[in-house]
Amino acid sequence: MGIPGSAAAGRLDAGPSRPREGASRGGQLRPNGTKNTNVRGVAAITISRQGGPGWPGRAARTPAVEIGHLRKTYGALAAVDDVSFSVAEGEIFGILGPNGAGKTTTVECAIGLRSPDSGTIRLLGLDPRADRDKVREIVGVQLQASSFPAKLRVGEVLDMYRSFYREPADVTELVEALGLAGKRRDYYRSLSGGQRQRLSVVLALIGGPKIAVLDEMTTGLDPQARRNTWELIEKVRDRGVTIVLVTHFMEEAERLCDRVALIDSGRVVALDTPAGLAARARGGERVRFLPSAPFDMGLLTRLPEVTAVEHDGRHVVVTGTGELVGAVILALHEAGVTTHDVQLDSSTLEDAFVRLTGRQLREEGERS
Amino acid sequence: MSLLMIADPRAPRAGFGKIVHNEARLAWRQPSGIIVSVGVSLLLLIIFGEIPAFQVTSASLGGLSAFEVYIPILVAFVIGVLALTYLPGPLVSYREQGILRRLSTTPVPPWWVLSAQLVVQACLMVITVGILIVVSGVFFGESAPKNTGGLVLAIALSIAAMFAIGLAIAAGARTAGAARGIMMATFYPLMFFSGLYIPMQLLPGALQDISHVTPLGAAVEAIQDSMLQGFPPVAPLLVLAVYAVVFGLVAKRFFRWE
Repeated sequence: MGIPGSAAAGRLDAGPSRPREGASRGGQLRPNGTKNTNVRGVAAITISRQGGPGWPGRAARTPAVEIGHLRKTYGALAAVDDVSFSVAEGEIFGILGPNGAGKTTTVECAIGLRSPDSGTIRLLGLDPRADRDKVREIVGVQLQASSFPAKLRVGEVLDMYRSFYREPADVTELVEALGLAGKRRDYYRSLSGGQRQRLSVVLALIGGPKIAVLDEMTTGLDPQARRNTWELIEKVRDRGVTIVLVTHFMEEAERLCDRVALIDSGRVVALDTPAGLAARARGGERVRFLPSAPFDMGLLTRLPEVTAVEHDGRHVVVTGTGELVGAVILALHEAGVTTHDVQLDSSTLEDAFVRLTGRQLREEGERS
Repeated sequence: MSLLMIADPRAPRAGFGKIVHNEARLAWRQPSGIIVSVGVSLLLLIIFGEIPAFQVTSASLGGLSAFEVYIPILVAFVIGVLALTYLPGPLVSYREQGILRRLSTTPVPPWWVLSAQLVVQACLMVITVGILIVVSGVFFGESAPKNTGGLVLAIALSIAAMFAIGLAIAAGARTAGAARGIMMATFYPLMFFSGLYIPMQLLPGALQDISHVTPLGAAVEAIQDSMLQGFPPVAPLLVLAVYAVVFGLVAKRFFRWE
């Protein structure tokens, strides 16, 4: 798993949009653990501020999730070939990949639902199979295909799942955050697909977990419900809960995840912050501008920062590395040419995905 | 797979109560099981009680009336119909729908669901059997069971044997549809050998011999003896116990949670 040096900067770029400082907010989810979760939340801030690569905090603390050389085959097919990653406490970690890449198998091994052929798995230092009971208490799970008896009411399902845990979360708060407050009397079978999905997210968090593993949590939700779910997840993380998110929504990964592992054909092809991955996909910077007058292309091609110059109608597109924008504008300024309409081409996580795996991430028509 | 295993400390025990409560709600909200077990058996009891010819004792029935012969058969019917047609179905569909799988990610062991099903079904059986015996005594003048201890033992072993068979079917069937097919193919022959269609006393000796080693045939024998004579003989009790153990082991060995 390659980790580029640019990740730290990328991490900070992505940082301000997140309410990370909110670690002391709320505190309702785990009534007995408010003090502890704040401590964890603060520690998580320190770790993430130090940036993605290497995760310096890792040596000092037990990672929330540690997966080493995981391998799981079905017959001749290696669903998971060799997957390793480590998730710090309080981190939101994304697992991205095309269908059939091995994402779900990876998390199902991680939570002990499947036994891997080889590799190590530790959740807060515990083995999900050997320490099954402890792991079940601290890990909340949302599975892709899960269902509940048709003729049970939502409130009855919630009440039952809540009773399975020693320190359950505040159900009212969860239910309200995901817009199910008015649905408690409804039978499960009368819920829409999106409501079932939201109930499934509530049930993943109902036990007051220290780690929440969410497989495609917003698939099938409308944009508003999706944003509400993201807000809830951020709030939960701010209380110190570690989140492992399997997703194929780029927007979700960019908005929520501190780091993302791109998985393809059972292997981690890249692991970085969303911004770091996007920067890598670029293969350098790209500047597009409208020159005030024609000029000799040699002016630009001789610059060490520039790798290519192209025309796009009246615009000029320059590709290169380093301080590309400054170098280009300065060189043209010296030649008496001013630049207008300057656009810095910023690639996205989606570009990174396509570039790194050679595939589109989602199916046609799945776009949010 | 015994209820004693609930002493397992891993999840709060209140959870088991909640599962039982929800399973009871489901049984109530999808009442076909209750209607068939309580309704059909009670209806048959009342019809048989009202037919004059059924009250006449007959030498071919071993000196009993047809009504007396049918009471233990209806008890066996209640146990058989619930254990075979209303126990495996929900379990197999829980597995098909991923309900057991989702539960296995919680601190609760998935067999709690299975045990909760058994508790609910057993309660339903005991209540129905109680109603049958009380109604036949109060309205049709049957005397109280001769040996209550023997009756309780015979009914408990019958329930255990039929639960084991029902669970073995749930273990072996991959889909709810397959489970239904196997159940039906098992239920009707077993009911035949319990004497539901024609009392065993009226059938040839060879069929009676087979009946003695079928679970519901043995159940009828043990229940009838404890109601009319005294503590039931060892043979039918042993037959029931063997079914309970053998099919219980088969179920335990082959039951898949997903």
